[in-house]
Amino acid sequence: MTELLRIESLDVGYGDFQALFGINLDVAEAETVSIIGANGAGKSTLLKAIVGLVPPMRGDILFDGKSIASRPTHRRVTDGIALVPEGRRIFPSLTVEENIVIGGDVGRPGPWNKMKVLDAFPLLAPLLRRSGEGLSGGERQTLAIGRALMANPRLLLLDEVSLGLAPVVVRQVYEAVPVIKAQGTTVLVIEQDVNQALAVADRFYCLLEGRIALSGVPGEVTKEQITEAYFGMSTAQGDH
Amino acid sequence: MVWVNAIVQGILLGGLYALFATGLSLAFGVMRFVNLAHGDIAILAAFMALSLTRTLDVNPLVTLLIVVPGAFVVGFALQRLVFDRVVGVDPSFQIVATFGVGVIIQNALLEKYTADTQGLNVGRLETASIKVNDTISIGWLPLITLLCAIGVLGGLAMFIKRTKLGRAFRATSDDPDAARLMGIDVRRVFAVAMALAIATVALAGVLLGARGSFAPFSGPENLIFAFEAVVIGGLGSLWGTLAGGVTLGVAQLIGNQIDPQWGQLAGHLVFLAVLATRPTGMFGKVAIR
Repeated sequence: MTELLRIESLDVGYGDFQALFGINLDVAEAETVSIIGANGAGKSTLLKAIVGLVPPMRGDILFDGKSIASRPTHRRVTDGIALVPEGRRIFPSLTVEENIVIGGDVGRPGPWNKMKVLDAFPLLAPLLRRSGEGLSGGERQTLAIGRALMANPRLLLLDEVSLGLAPVVVRQVYEAVPVIKAQGTTVLVIEQDVNQALAVADRFYCLLEGRIALSGVPGEVTKEQITEAYFGMSTAQGDH
Repeated sequence: MVWVNAIVQGILLGGLYALFATGLSLAFGVMRFVNLAHGDIAILAAFMALSLTRTLDVNPLVTLLIVVPGAFVVGFALQRLVFDRVVGVDPSFQIVATFGVGVIIQNALLEKYTADTQGLNVGRLETASIKVNDTISIGWLPLITLLCAIGVLGGLAMFIKRTKLGRAFRATSDDPDAARLMGIDVRRVFAVAMALAIATVALAGVLLGARGSFAPFSGPENLIFAFEAVVIGGLGSLWGTLAGGVTLGVAQLIGNQIDPQWGQLAGHLVFLAVLATRPTGMFGKVAIR
């Protein structure tokens, strides 16, 4: 498998605060990888660094073999990276239709277009004329994913897709992941919901306080190992 | 009938205020940017028109063909070279940077043109008017100004609503980071927005110069009227800017009709009344529409 994304000894911080320490990570083409970790472990910061919304302090980010660490965000989107941001960030001044179309304005060729997005997410079709304001959480999340797909990304980053959604809605939203993968798109998922994250992933990384504490293939690691890496403590009794 | 005339003339004057205010409204709507040099740039454009009129020996309105595109380029460069550094940071930096640009323009004009009051001679157009009845006559120049304002605002509104770049303007106004994630070059959006803002205020400056007089330090007083028009109409709303300009113009001329000394005061009072009762303005919403 060809390597699509490679992160080398990445340090990221905001001012005096350092959020990520020496992150090494790689994602192969057409693979689905999850990054799990507790609140504040640095998951969202990692995705922001990949799209260039926060600059790296040290280290490098390679996309398709080329360093993108100094490229501005909009160029990385042209390169083929799309992020579905935490909090969805739907444009309230735009209609639902415009929110979808604007995702494709970057003009990358590929399988996704407005018709295809509406096919994959039928719940958006009756909403097209509505404003981006005042949608339900599930509608907003679905719209955010559809909007990101319009850029025909090679690498799709999903940030906290399940946050604030009812379990039934989370399941609906995650039903889209196999559809996206079927187009050959590489997916990097960030989740607090560990079971959900492991269910969709070929491989996973677990972040703890800005460092990678564990990585592997779901099913090949035990629940105890994950719990330990997630919370940073041993769950086994009598260790002390 | 004198009151009707005051209202008619106020609406026409409002066109000039609206044209002055369009760029402020646009820059604020797209990038939450307040340019204190806005009025000075209008006066700079008027002086450019004056010099071009003298060297080319043409009607000042013909110089718009050079001044307005020139202003577009200047606006683009100004954003890239100066204003970009102070967008999205503490607003006090914007105040210092744009005020500084204003001071530079004022003093450069003083150096080149002295403090003399100037006017642009547009010939017969200056006094030509349509006589409606004994009290009311509509000057051609004020009418052209109002039509320019409507045309410019209408054109901008169409551009923002219908074009791909206009959609990028609205997205950037809503959420610059999310706009970047759509592959939008937000710096370019900012530069085009400022270029349009400066081009429109250059048009306003030349029309002001044709209607009345101007001097190197005339910028700030015009900036105040532009600010008032924007606030009355509602920040970031383009049609609100027209409504705000017209409201201000009508208030001033009705005040003027009551007592010639009350003109500007009446305008300021309407502005304060709007701030007190409806701080978001008539069509206010902090996003461009």
